Amino acid sequence: MVVRSVIKPSAYADSVALMLVQREVRALPGVQEAGAVMGTEANKELLKDAGLLTPEVEAAGPNDLILVVRADSEQAAAAALERAQALLARPREAAAGGDYRPRTVASAARMLEGANLALVSVPGRFAAGVAREALDAGLHVMLFSDNVPLDAEISLKQAAAARDLLLMGPDCGTAILGGAALGFANRVRRGAVGIVGAAGTGIQQVASLVHLGGAGISHALGTGGRDLHRGVGGLTARAALAALAADPRTEVIVLVSKPPDPQVASTLLGLARQVPKPTVAAFLGAAVTGEGRVRGAATLEEAARVAVQLATGREPRWPHWEALPAQEAARLAPSQKFIRGLYSGGTLCYEALLLLERYVGPVWSNTPLDPDRALESGTRSREHTVVDMGADEFTVGRLHPMLDPTLRIQRILREADDPEVAVLLLDVVLGYGAHPDPARELAPAIRQARERARAAGRWLPVVVSVCGTEEDPQDYHTQVATLVDAGAIVQATNAQAARLAGLIAEAAGSRGRERPPVQVPPPAEVGPLPDAPRIRSLLDGPVHVVNVGLEMFARSLADQGVPVVDVDWQPPAGGDRRLMDILDKLNA
Amino acid sequence: MGTIDDANRVAVQRILDSQPVLAGVAPAGEVIPGMRRNLILHAGPPITWERMSGPLRGAVIGALLFEGLAADERQAVALVERGEVDFAPCHHHQAVGPMAGVTTASMPVYIVENRPFGTRAFSTLNEGYGKVLRYGAYSEDVLSRLRWLRDVAGPLLGRALERAGGLDMKALMARQLTMGDEGHNRNVAGSALFARLLAPHLARSGPVDDVAAVMTYLAENDLAVLNPVMAACKATLDAAHGIPRSTVVTCMARNGTDFGIRVSGLGDAWFVAPAEVPVGLFFPGYTQEDANPDIGDSTITETAGIGGFAMAAAPAIVKFVGGTPAMAVQATLEMYEITVAENPTFAIPQLDFRGTPTGIDIRKVVRTGILPRVNTGIAHRRPGVGQIGAGLVRPPMACFTQAVEAFAAGVE
Repeated sequence: MVVRSVIKPSAYADSVALMLVQREVRALPGVQEAGAVMGTEANKELLKDAGLLTPEVEAAGPNDLILVVRADSEQAAAAALERAQALLARPREAAAGGDYRPRTVASAARMLEGANLALVSVPGRFAAGVAREALDAGLHVMLFSDNVPLDAEISLKQAAAARDLLLMGPDCGTAILGGAALGFANRVRRGAVGIVGAAGTGIQQVASLVHLGGAGISHALGTGGRDLHRGVGGLTARAALAALAADPRTEVIVLVSKPPDPQVASTLLGLARQVPKPTVAAFLGAAVTGEGRVRGAATLEEAARVAVQLATGREPRWPHWEALPAQEAARLAPSQKFIRGLYSGGTLCYEALLLLERYVGPVWSNTPLDPDRALESGTRSREHTVVDMGADEFTVGRLHPMLDPTLRIQRILREADDPEVAVLLLDVVLGYGAHPDPARELAPAIRQARERARAAGRWLPVVVSVCGTEEDPQDYHTQVATLVDAGAIVQATNAQAARLAGLIAEAAGSRGRERPPVQVPPPAEVGPLPDAPRIRSLLDGPVHVVNVGLEMFARSLADQGVPVVDVDWQPPAGGDRRLMDILDKLNA
Repeated sequence: MGTIDDANRVAVQRILDSQPVLAGVAPAGEVIPGMRRNLILHAGPPITWERMSGPLRGAVIGALLFEGLAADERQAVALVERGEVDFAPCHHHQAVGPMAGVTTASMPVYIVENRPFGTRAFSTLNEGYGKVLRYGAYSEDVLSRLRWLRDVAGPLLGRALERAGGLDMKALMARQLTMGDEGHNRNVAGSALFARLLAPHLARSGPVDDVAAVMTYLAENDLAVLNPVMAACKATLDAAHGIPRSTVVTCMARNGTDFGIRVSGLGDAWFVAPAEVPVGLFFPGYTQEDANPDIGDSTITETAGIGGFAMAAAPAIVKFVGGTPAMAVQATLEMYEITVAENPTFAIPQLDFRGTPTGIDIRKVVRTGILPRVNTGIAHRRPGVGQIGAGLVRPPMACFTQAVEAFAAGVE
């Protein structure tokens, strides 16, 4: 056995590209394990765990690209490393604008006639700089990247507001602009419901359910998770709300968020009160007192239901698969008591934690509702546990579970072997950016989990909600059928799935408690809605995108027929922090 | 105090507003400021004899023989080693020279005047191909060629230019870019235009045999116009030099050992790093191993926004690097990423008459990691062998990072 590595100094490739290289190289003959990662400390730690450490790997820095293999022989290692380099050197194709791949946002904006939005998904430490370049080039920004410092977020949002530009994010996973799905987003019918969301999978859940309920989406604008915190003060949410208020296609507005800062919520509701359109405020875990055209919603499902009613005058009819909690519970062995939720969507996980508490009491999590329920390690469950497998601890150096189901599959099987587990609760998120066929990956694991439990004398219900539409690239109905075939109990909404899991556990002896909702103060008296003609014209469309970062986003936009130019992005100044600081100073 | 961007706009506007006119020819000693008999001007940043590469040493020896300061190679070297010869970059004396760039007092030089800004620049007459001083050759045929340039071609061209009332170099360069030249490695069209414009005036400027010889010299030398083009670029960029707070590059030059740049807002300082060896195609019998590190002031063309920056205009020369016409277009598109303006006078037909990328910003180079592209001839590392190929080269990044650091230090 040999471990061999190649270091490419100051090279950069996006994480998806690297993951694909890693996967392909790992499958080569004679290769036991392979790594293709940037040389961050976290990644080197992972390589060490995988037995892929060499002296060169140890010496690599965060801007160095590491290719490393463990192989049966020198020849196999050499061949694998050669293949890895060839895969990386494979030219990326420009989605539009001919052969030339622009290197900067400014040059891309010039190449793509009508460019009006930059989709930025570069590593967090570079993201603010790229977003600023985009604003300087007069582009609206969807900042997918996370790990952007709070002060950078605030100054970017102030700069955007001063120019009447929309800055969605940072950590904005999802947006839909006039039918174009950006980042992780579902393909939905165009319609009258506009969404402003501080939560990625929250937007996906509401948008999908609105679509499945027979209505459609005008636009879904993401704000990023911190926008409604006090520090940021809802700068993006306010601009987005104002734009939807003025948008002629939008007849109903849905606000989606975890509980906002009370003052920010009050301001936002004060603005919403002035919107001459009905507004549904779904601040998960918070109670919004309905008033005038503003209504509250406790769950994402409820927000979607009210929105569909308002938009169509009809009650939505979502797919329904009958499941009887008492009957499931009756088949459990006496040892089986606990729920184990394994989530890929952060907001869906949060909603599940809120709902489950009513049936089973406090739930342990890596993202708990109360700090005293924080798991020591996200990798080990105790009692009732729901984990967000999209949290940093699971995604450093790895793809998000919506893209790469490997970790979740391992965890499903581990939980199935635990005699105390009464029910598994999962989400499956479809749409652009997600795995091309998640059900096919998960189905064998679900089947195996149930069989292993049965062999041990237990009955294991697996409750799954599927977030998506029949127009998504993965096809909703096929996904559902595959999961049902594997023995999963599929539910149309995350709320239904969480309730079902909760009822099963309750029937098996758990007892819930009512959590008093966070009180949102009454709407504040605020000035008039800001006028934002430039953001309005972005909504008037069509959107033309400059993509910087993950190439798959450019591809999915091209697939949708959205004009897009993919920037051949490299870290500024070769990633040299000192030079970057000097350059930033000289640009000030 | 204005911003850096404001300063750069001023600098680049001066480049765009420049009007370089080829006014005449005169002995270097008569027109180049500070020129004297024992002074040898050379290409690139300052360098000592000890560090000079083969071709530059050869050219120095040839120049001393040509000036009659030494009778043979041994004497020439001894003279230098006794410290009796002074060296200075052409750029310190408003001059530019291709390859070794060696210029001495009795050599005839073109005079280019950038009239709106009052800058003047000088360059020697192109010697043609084969064994030539600029590649470090100094055999008798090289020296006799230099004498003919001094005694016949220089005066004749000077009289013709006088009769013509000067020659608008900017118009000539704009035209050659629409005819498949990029103005650095490829000057076929420009040299033909040069000859055509001068012909009626040459015909009246001397004895018919001399006229015929000069016409033949122009007809046989596709690089004839390179030297006046370089001087035109130099006179243009000198007008943009010395703008406080400007980060625009006003000079890129190589001496065969080092690559150096100067920046508009950073005074007379050079930012220097070891020159790279160009990569390209070699004449039969030569390989990459024989190549000297990058040499010559001709990078003044790229600095002014032509040459490698106008590659899209000259698809024929991509064969030097085994490329395709599409790559030529990409090369120019890439240079827009590091420049602050486009020169509408130099419109590239292949890019829908978009102006050439103009005004290299050191900040953009360091930020993007994109180095300027330079098209260049390749010299043999041994003196006297001459040109062995042509290809592409880029400056070392260290020149630009040093300049950015110096700039930041000055801003504090």
